Amino acid sequence: MAKTPVQFTLNGAEKAEFIDSGATLLNALRDKIGDTSPKGGCHQGTCGACSVIIDGELRLSCLTLAETCNGAAITTTSGLSQGGVLHPLQRAFLDAFASQCGFCTPGMIMAAKVLLDRTPNPTRDEVVEALSGNICRCTGYEPIIQAVLTAARSNSQNAA
Amino acid sequence: MAIRRGRGVAAINYPTGMNLGGDPTQALVHSTPTGNFMVTLSSVDLGQGMKQIMAQICAETIGVPTDRVVVDTADTDTGPHCMGTFASRGTHRAGNAVIQAAREARQVMLEVAAEELEVNASDLETDGQGHILVKGAPQKSISIFDVALAAHFKRGRSISGRGMFLIPRSYPEKETGAMKPSTCYAHACTVAEVEVDDETGEVTVLTVKNVFEIGRALNPKMVEQQLVGGSWMGISHALYETTEPYYPNRDHGGTDFNQYLMPGPGDLAQTEIIVLERPSADGPFGAKGPGEMCANPQIPAIANAVFDAVGVRIDTLPITPERILRALKAQASN
Repeated sequence: MAKTPVQFTLNGAEKAEFIDSGATLLNALRDKIGDTSPKGGCHQGTCGACSVIIDGELRLSCLTLAETCNGAAITTTSGLSQGGVLHPLQRAFLDAFASQCGFCTPGMIMAAKVLLDRTPNPTRDEVVEALSGNICRCTGYEPIIQAVLTAARSNSQNAA
Repeated sequence: MAIRRGRGVAAINYPTGMNLGGDPTQALVHSTPTGNFMVTLSSVDLGQGMKQIMAQICAETIGVPTDRVVVDTADTDTGPHCMGTFASRGTHRAGNAVIQAAREARQVMLEVAAEELEVNASDLETDGQGHILVKGAPQKSISIFDVALAAHFKRGRSISGRGMFLIPRSYPEKETGAMKPSTCYAHACTVAEVEVDDETGEVTVLTVKNVFEIGRALNPKMVEQQLVGGSWMGISHALYETTEPYYPNRDHGGTDFNQYLMPGPGDLAQTEIIVLERPSADGPFGAKGPGEMCANPQIPAIANAVFDAVGVRIDTLPITPERILRALKAQASN
């Protein structure tokens, strides 16, 4: 199969790979680069488990061709903790028991991060709207919604 | 045509585990040279927290902090036998097996400590913090770290134990057909409030109030998260989920998340959870199985609430708008 060179930054680090033409960003991240934090749930854009942030926008990596990401800045959940210190969203998910099997968690955290980056103090309805593209089987969503609201509060306290 | 409100209640008994050809689980426990304890199981953690619960049970039985226990559920080919993680059986069956294995390991640990301290093993106790003390003379003590080192390098002992828990198969009595399908039951009661649009057949669940009686809650936060998630899943089963909407006809079954419906974060009912703890006689530290049963009582409660709202009994799941409208039409023509 033809290979295509692709360069982008992943969580701030330069990456350059030859990837199969037509490969999705999800495959490139997991199989070529080894970042397994985006999960392949449905591979058709309906579950949100593969969500990543591309140039500040929430994107489904299973529906994004890797070769369209040349020059992009990509963030995944594995890039959120700094020097072993968890991101406030990760901390809040832990404290709120917002994860059981954990398969949806990276996608949920990506969706929540894009929300909080734009809307630091969201209403509950805004949190629900932001998470509505992501499916969770275990938690019943309420602990996830509470975790995002808690992370927003702890962010605004740190900023104050 | 109007939005009509209804309220329904339902209560359930739910057996812990199953009763096909007997229901066994085995466990092995051994110490590392530095006095950590390894629990080996084939019971699988699906995210419900089995590893955490087994670590707590082992730690409590041996008398060490929970963070001194590692649970390995890696390989069902090579691990001690388990029937599996289903039927709400994990905590109850595997927990009992782990207690038995941990007791045997604890006994060896105390025997080695007794040799090191030159006392009788029966005079020793643990402080739960990683030390073994002489009863009534706590100044005479040895760390479990040193006991494990002594066992491995000096005494030639294996601080280990074998655990087995079996619920034997129950056969029905010939005369009456009576049998004992389970030794342990959890209980639950749910009150659901719904709104039903009698023009579209759409059901909105407003509130779900659940009381769960689950024996001893070995980890209350993890019990709560499982019950909250289970309550949501019960609503989902009642109103949305099916692979065969025209069962037994297989047509029109959902094949992906576009077609297989589940409520999302925007469709949540206001949910209340109350936990009652009545320790079970044969459960590990009184635990029962809360896993599967917590998604059950919402279903009949919602069916009853729909009946209360619009006067039709829907006895096929899920309770879809189509089924409600057909029932309303049949009712009107009678």
